[in-house]
Amino acid sequence: MFENLQDKLQGVFQRLSNRGKLSEADVDVALREVRLALLEADVNFKVVKDFMRRVRERAVGVEVMRSLTPAQQVVKIVNEELMATLGEPARLNLDGPTPRTIMLVGLQGSGKTTTASKLALFLRKSNHRPLLVAADTRRPAAIEQLQVLGRQLDIPVHVEGVDVPPATICARAIKKARQGAHDVIILDTAGRLHIDEALMDELAQVKSTTHPQEVLLVADAMTGQDAVQVAENFHQRVGLTGLILTKIDGDARGGAAISIRSVTGVPIKFLGTGEKTGDLEKFHPDRMASRILGMGDILTLIERAESALDQEKAQRAGERLLAGEFNLEDFLEQLSEVKKLGPLGQLLEMVPGMAKVSRDLPSDLTDHQLRRVEAIISAMTMAERRNPKILNASRKRRVARGSGTNVQEVNQLLAQFRQIQRMMKQLGRAKGPSGLAKMLGGFR
Amino acid sequence: MAKEGKKLRESLARTRGSFFGQIAGLLGASEVNDELWDDLEALLIQADVGMDTTLSLVETVKGQVARQGITKASRVQHVLREEMLALLDANGSEPSVLERKRLLTVILVVGVNGSGKTTTIAKLAHYYQKQGQHVILAAADTFRAAAIDQLKVWGERVGATVIAHRPGADPGAVVFDAIKSSQARGAEMVIIDTAGRLHTKYNLMKELEKIRGIASKQVHQAPHETLLVLDATTGQNALNQARHFKESVGLTGVVLAKLDGTAKGGIVFAIARELGVPVRFVGTGESIDDLARFDAQTFVDGLFET
Repeated sequence: MFENLQDKLQGVFQRLSNRGKLSEADVDVALREVRLALLEADVNFKVVKDFMRRVRERAVGVEVMRSLTPAQQVVKIVNEELMATLGEPARLNLDGPTPRTIMLVGLQGSGKTTTASKLALFLRKSNHRPLLVAADTRRPAAIEQLQVLGRQLDIPVHVEGVDVPPATICARAIKKARQGAHDVIILDTAGRLHIDEALMDELAQVKSTTHPQEVLLVADAMTGQDAVQVAENFHQRVGLTGLILTKIDGDARGGAAISIRSVTGVPIKFLGTGEKTGDLEKFHPDRMASRILGMGDILTLIERAESALDQEKAQRAGERLLAGEFNLEDFLEQLSEVKKLGPLGQLLEMVPGMAKVSRDLPSDLTDHQLRRVEAIISAMTMAERRNPKILNASRKRRVARGSGTNVQEVNQLLAQFRQIQRMMKQLGRAKGPSGLAKMLGGFR
Repeated sequence: MAKEGKKLRESLARTRGSFFGQIAGLLGASEVNDELWDDLEALLIQADVGMDTTLSLVETVKGQVARQGITKASRVQHVLREEMLALLDANGSEPSVLERKRLLTVILVVGVNGSGKTTTIAKLAHYYQKQGQHVILAAADTFRAAAIDQLKVWGERVGATVIAHRPGADPGAVVFDAIKSSQARGAEMVIIDTAGRLHTKYNLMKELEKIRGIASKQVHQAPHETLLVLDATTGQNALNQARHFKESVGLTGVVLAKLDGTAKGGIVFAIARELGVPVRFVGTGESIDDLARFDAQTFVDGLFET
């Protein structure tokens, strides 16, 4: 139901594309779509209202840059404001005398315990000696969960059981940390409702006994309109210093980040990007902004591609591709490189405008087809891969048998391949990579 | 039922005070004008009802108001209440499949990470045990650290046997064992706790389909109820969750957990409207008794009480 902002704005672009200045009407048309996008992304209603007012003030009367259409100019302003609201990524504050204390707070099920172990691993990787503290005495087996995670990472966990008040546990953990030469302590507190007076008192008590350098709110990226109240209450009672947004690996747009930033002003320190203990990433305001606006996450895709792909191989293939010398051998190599990036459907979701396509596409189908293509090419001889033209009926039959497919599928693949070759030749003749770079840099 | 209704109303008291109380106030006296519609829209959106459903509700009510020639804002409340009720009732009117008698009832509980599945299962076990059912719990979340321990603690508290394997074991095997031993012990119900998974994770959703398949091979027409546990705090993503889980394992209902906070859970209107999945239960607190049967009338009434 919720189409991507990109799709919608394309319509707006078309309607506005002939004009050269930002009139009030231009701005209002574009902003109506932006408002919807933000609300659909779960940015709090009042925060959206305030945000729209700021954008409108900035946008009306602005001279449109020569390289942009009016609507693009509006989106540029929206994007800048969004990024300003999201703020710069902040590092952990590890100043002051050791041991430094990091306290994790949040609602039930926001991901505190998992995040605690991720943080511990992150800190150890940067040459710290973290101590995890099991201060969640309420949820059944929460302590065991932290112990299991600690054991997996070989990071010590301070445990006292469920009958000791959390403040006492944490105070003793600090003492223990000094003896054990731990320089950072991570307090995993129980999840609680922000309106539960007794439990919020308990949290305030933990804070006043431990004097933490960091009090981080762990919030679920899927949180809706209520994010504002939750963040406000926690901030009021325990004074937050930062935010960790979890479960960002799902398809939630994460508008809660804007809401929480707007009411607390505390920086976003990390993103939780998966269930494994290594899945903790730095926060990038530009990516978060395009995600919230529904413009895809092309930067993450590019970064992932950069880290996974063999640069040299890719460049060589690219050159051959544009020169029209690309053969099936290169194609097979490319396929295995692409597969390193993850399931196709997931890749598509990151491309602006493609999220909708990938939703309609059964992901098994595409990956399944990829496997078949791989099988067919693998069943060919080197000579056949380099020069597919020599594939006659008898060779095709052999390839089909060898790959467990049929001649029809082999023919289909060859036809598709010829088409790609033709396309690439044309692209190569046209402009080379500058055209592509232009395409990707559309909104920067 | 009456007691449960009261509990639901109590848990909604905060919701009412902070938010829907405003609707009631809003719709109290004045005239029908544009400002009224804007405010109405704002209030629905702030309850996480979502843009599409909000606009559709407002349009429908506008249409009714025009047709019936309503000029008093107070009458609008009545119309809106009826529309919201109709939305929830459209799917929820037929009785729960669980009311039917059978040898062994299988309930599959699914949801994203941290939505409250394990706690909800404990409450469900307690709920049905109070009705005299012999309930067995299947610890099929073999992935998350100490998830099995968590279910075992709850099992002890509510006095239900927990069938579990080692951490990391095949969840399908756990389900198979749990059903076999439920049959052997003459239990009437087995509730399956699955690992939390984001609906976008292809392999994990496939695993869920496999678990479902194993249950359906062991018991006729199982799982008889497949419940999605939703955190009431969740925003528009809940609709995506429901859509994906429905596609892969076929939901029969939603449990709206953590409704004791200030979140409104308005997304259930969108889920009912777009997917036709009814709400079965609501979680209203941390104790074992804090589970109530969802009743559309009570829910909507509760929202409008001042």
